[in-house]
Amino acid sequence: MLPPGAPVESGAMDTPAAITRADVEHVARLARLGLTDAELDSLTGELAAVLGHAADVAALDLADVAPTAHPLPLRNVLRPDVVRPGVDRGEVLAAAPAVEDDRFRVPRILDAP
Amino acid sequence: MSGARQIAADVRSGAVRARDVVEEHLERIATRDGEINAFNLVLADEARAAADAVDARVAAGDDPGPLAGVPIALKDNLCTHGIPTTCSSRILEGWRPPYDATVVQRVAAAGAVAVGKANLDEFAMGSSTENSAFGPTRNPRDPSRVPGGSSGGSAAAVAAGFAPLSLGSDTGGSIRQPAALCGVVGVKPTYGSVSRSGLIAFASSLDQIGPFATSVADAALLLDVIAGPDPLDSTSSPEAHVPVLPVLDQGVAGLRIGIVDELVDAEGVEPEVRAAVLAAAAALEAAGAVVDRVSVPSVVYGLSAYYLIAPAEASSNLARYDGVRYGLRVDGPDLATMNARTRDAGFGPEVKRRIMLGTYALSAGYYDAYYGKAQKVRTLIVRDFARAYGTFDALLSPTSPTVAFPFGAKADNPLAMYLSDVCTIPTNLAGHPAMSVPFGTGADGLPVGVQVMADAVQEPVMFRVAQVLEAAAPGGGAA
Repeated sequence: MLPPGAPVESGAMDTPAAITRADVEHVARLARLGLTDAELDSLTGELAAVLGHAADVAALDLADVAPTAHPLPLRNVLRPDVVRPGVDRGEVLAAAPAVEDDRFRVPRILDAP
Repeated sequence: MSGARQIAADVRSGAVRARDVVEEHLERIATRDGEINAFNLVLADEARAAADAVDARVAAGDDPGPLAGVPIALKDNLCTHGIPTTCSSRILEGWRPPYDATVVQRVAAAGAVAVGKANLDEFAMGSSTENSAFGPTRNPRDPSRVPGGSSGGSAAAVAAGFAPLSLGSDTGGSIRQPAALCGVVGVKPTYGSVSRSGLIAFASSLDQIGPFATSVADAALLLDVIAGPDPLDSTSSPEAHVPVLPVLDQGVAGLRIGIVDELVDAEGVEPEVRAAVLAAAAALEAAGAVVDRVSVPSVVYGLSAYYLIAPAEASSNLARYDGVRYGLRVDGPDLATMNARTRDAGFGPEVKRRIMLGTYALSAGYYDAYYGKAQKVRTLIVRDFARAYGTFDALLSPTSPTVAFPFGAKADNPLAMYLSDVCTIPTNLAGHPAMSVPFGTGADGLPVGVQVMADAVQEPVMFRVAQVLEAAAPGGGAA
């Protein structure tokens, strides 16, 4: 599988353990997805398959390689600080599921006193 | 009448009315889109009004621009002011954006006439357009097969003659792969060269907007209209776009072309597809190019790295669909429950899968092993391409390992579907331009696309190669 010149594997210790159904439930909570039992079951196998394919990457020894987050060598892009029209507030609010007093209305966040 | 350049020339000269052009295309849509389902929404009234405005400008002695009266299809992840923009997702059904994407403004300012919002895999996640909440798009070349994805509607609209041009977006191959499967030209420009303001984000370090067309020259025409800096996109390159249309016919004499070993021999590449790439290389050699094989070793890790990076970015980008500011809301007793119910009801299975994968890859304890490693692999791929472009002006590979496949063939196996993008992903990771050019047919007489890749901002060289390939293609190139 390894092409000539590719970095050598550093052994299995860098490869994380297989994903479990409990991991999937935990991740679903982090991702704010209210998944059904059937979805949790199927996702456990599907994620394991994709992560299994990614084991080749997880196993590489890349300690001396810098990460690339973005392909452009751009940083701190600034434009002139001039006033320009933004999007129309009425139009934005008209697209919201619920509005009250020109604000987005949401269910209770904190418990009632 | 066909061909964007011909239409624009005839409309600008007054020989043809834009209104007649748009009526002809709306008629084709009315006749066949019931079968193809390229569009989530046909903009018949808006298109007629826009065409009339173009005709009025011509009558008044004005020049409406280089796309005068040319019908264009817009992928439905491009924001259109006041016009529903869904990403083919239930979670955005009915949402009307409060602004236009920059590319939508630019094509309109150049005289183009938007005829519809084109179907896609939900949030551009997929390779077959089977993941749309509004039903799959069919391949006009064989309606029992997928058109590819995620820009399947944009590719099918051009292949079916619904519009001579369309816009798509390409995060891991979502323009090039459907172009290959539908027998049209599809271009992913250099990262940062086309503004993404108003493109609904999937994976921000990879997403790029680009053209579909029936010819290389028409694709060049559209690219020259949409490319260039935009103050509304902080990731847009500040460099002025170098127009490709003027250099299109400069030929390939003396250009050095490399056939990428790891991609022509990638997992699942069909023999006919491989043969097409080698025939394309031979055609370039006959036209005066110097052709050789080249190894870009780390591209074999591209697929794995992509399916960690893209879902990680998607899990962050799609956090905004929480039922608060736009789109669907499914109520609950508290905010967290409302968020979770909304997202479970609004997202389809592939979007959930990618959000889960990305959240896992970014989560505590796994970040370094998965996301961090994938970013380092990205560095290796950038380095290996840089080495290859030290010797070669352009690289060749298959676009898709296979021709168009039947509906359902890969729908139950995410990994098999992901392998559709094995040849296109490396250039997204590197940020380079690449395009698919039809080059003959493979299994069952279906179109094959050859991928031409070039170094960053080397679109002029890439298009010269593509132009020669189009002229040399068996059967005369695009559908």
